[in-house]
Amino acid sequence: MTQPAHQPDAALQAALLQTLGAETAREMLETMWTIRIFEEKAKELYALGRIHGTMHLSIGQEATAVGASFALRRGYDYLLNHHRGHGHCLSWSGDVDRTMAEFMGKETGFCRGRGGSMHIADVERNNLGANGIVGGGLPIAVGVGLSIQLRGTDQVVMVIFGDGASNEGAFHESLNMASIWRLPVVYLCENNQYGMSMPVARAMNVEHISQRACAYGIPGVTVDGNDLLAVYDAVSQAASRARAGSGPTLVEAITYRWEGHSKSDRQAYRTRDEVREWQQRDPIPRFAQTLIAAGLLDEAEAAALHDRACAAVEASVAFAEASPEPAVETLMEGVYA
Amino acid sequence: MPETLVQTRPAETQLTRELTYMEALREALAQAMEADERVFLIGEDVGVYGGAFGVSHGLIERFGPERVRDTPISEAAIAGACLGAALAGMRPVGEIQFMDFVTLSMEQLVLQAAKVRFMFGGKATVPFVLRMPGGAGTGAAAQHSESLENWFVHVPGLKVVMPSNPYDAKGLLLSAIEDDNPVIFVEHKLLYKVKGPVPEEMYRVPLGRSAVVREGNDLTVVATGLMVQRALEAAETLSREDGIELAIVDPRTLNPLDDEPIIASVARTGRLLVVHEAVGTGGYGGEIVARVAASEAFDYLDAPIRRLAGRDVPIPYNRELERAAIPQVEEIIAEARALAQGRV
Repeated sequence: MTQPAHQPDAALQAALLQTLGAETAREMLETMWTIRIFEEKAKELYALGRIHGTMHLSIGQEATAVGASFALRRGYDYLLNHHRGHGHCLSWSGDVDRTMAEFMGKETGFCRGRGGSMHIADVERNNLGANGIVGGGLPIAVGVGLSIQLRGTDQVVMVIFGDGASNEGAFHESLNMASIWRLPVVYLCENNQYGMSMPVARAMNVEHISQRACAYGIPGVTVDGNDLLAVYDAVSQAASRARAGSGPTLVEAITYRWEGHSKSDRQAYRTRDEVREWQQRDPIPRFAQTLIAAGLLDEAEAAALHDRACAAVEASVAFAEASPEPAVETLMEGVYA
Repeated sequence: MPETLVQTRPAETQLTRELTYMEALREALAQAMEADERVFLIGEDVGVYGGAFGVSHGLIERFGPERVRDTPISEAAIAGACLGAALAGMRPVGEIQFMDFVTLSMEQLVLQAAKVRFMFGGKATVPFVLRMPGGAGTGAAAQHSESLENWFVHVPGLKVVMPSNPYDAKGLLLSAIEDDNPVIFVEHKLLYKVKGPVPEEMYRVPLGRSAVVREGNDLTVVATGLMVQRALEAAETLSREDGIELAIVDPRTLNPLDDEPIIASVARTGRLLVVHEAVGTGGYGGEIVARVAASEAFDYLDAPIRRLAGRDVPIPYNRELERAAIPQVEEIIAEARALAQGRV
């Protein structure tokens, strides 16, 4: 059932770009730039002590976040994601200001400063939140899928998790349950090749995480997670299948995180050469080149999109810094409804 | 009657109809499902089997397999399914077959359900109930007899409800289903067959309201779940044989706790005995005692506060050992007598 390395050929690529249209394709490129620049800025602000706590950067993984999010009807469908989730949130909501404000713990942040980098949610747009527990969103996706099925809408829920989460018991319970009830769930595994320091190859004895789908009688597909169109295509197909009542699909997107696991990571478990090698496969210029080759963009327009993303991130810092801190008297708010 | 002294028994005119605790729960489930299509049941063997103890017996025939949904043996996913469905507009009622097995759901309950609303800045609601039978006394030994309610009391964001009689079982379950928070609903296996007056209408017993289930001037007993029934039994004996009159307060909702009736009662009687089945160390009794000790009732205390709780031991299989592990009526009588007679 598994089709390792699903890769759109030139004809499919052209067809996908036609489906997306120039405007959406450019928006996707700009969103990738926004994620990249946002995270670089967050890293810088952290080093300066203007953001505290910790954060899990997804630099290098932008194509998966954007390709997958744009394959769904953001705000109508549901999203559940994980601790390395800034890219998902920015792709889903496009709201850089409220994301940065949340990083700075401000009242204007998505979670009024209560959640921080690891727990960003946008409940109004059906983004049910990033999760600090590996695999934590997987059982929740079953319930969201069940609600959709019982209410009889044509929504789907996408739950994004990492390679490490596929070794949790929750993964098994969730995929099995969604499969037996044919729930409209898209399981997207971002295989960035390390669970903190543990390489995938040492953590499991199958080549592709998508092979695990056969244990649940559902399709599993592996795609190049640095190829935006490949991710978009695989998630679109999984979503169509879910909407048609055919149940869940496990999509594995192979990608790589350029930065450490979190701010405390000395990266003793991998070589600089390995990181450099993956940096050569940067998904952002790759998609820009695809658009330029397809005649949907020229170099000057590409530069303009990049600059616009920079400006949005700079503006978000100003917005967040000007925003009020939550009042200490509001500490107990939101514990109970 | 002070506002906090919520009536625990129906008016005289309604006393004619009796149901068991289990039937009362089943009636609440059926009425809630009838009234609100967002309510559905989910758990292991809740369908044709009717639930391991029979609480959902007959409901699949009435509401169908979509709304009375059998699950694989996957306690984490049952809890997650409740949470996810609640976040996406439904009002699920999950069943964990034995309270012991909720240990397999803890991550979804403690790290997810309890916290999502707060973590998201108060922007999500999580209206679900997770029912589970706890308690010993059935010879089911150490992995099917746990009383873990206090684990959940310790988690902000969860409500914990523990009915002690059929009337409260129905009224509290209806309130729990209508509440917008995750509610851990702790039933007791030995109470399922206990009968009591239960009106047919959809009445509610509010969450977060303690009940004075017996008035008395000599000693206050605070008891939870099955221990309320045992305390009532003890009270009859003490009244008859010693002329000692126990006041008994049943918190009914362990969190949020309505401590006013407890404090008011202790201020009147000057003596407090706390009784619960869960083990004593780190148990709920400590919370009751701390609240009383920190209240105005402290000045009225005429004797040390006493706790009678499950021993700090796993529940044994042997009948006599099992009996010895949890508070029995005669122990409540002995403790209360000693306390009331100033021998403590």
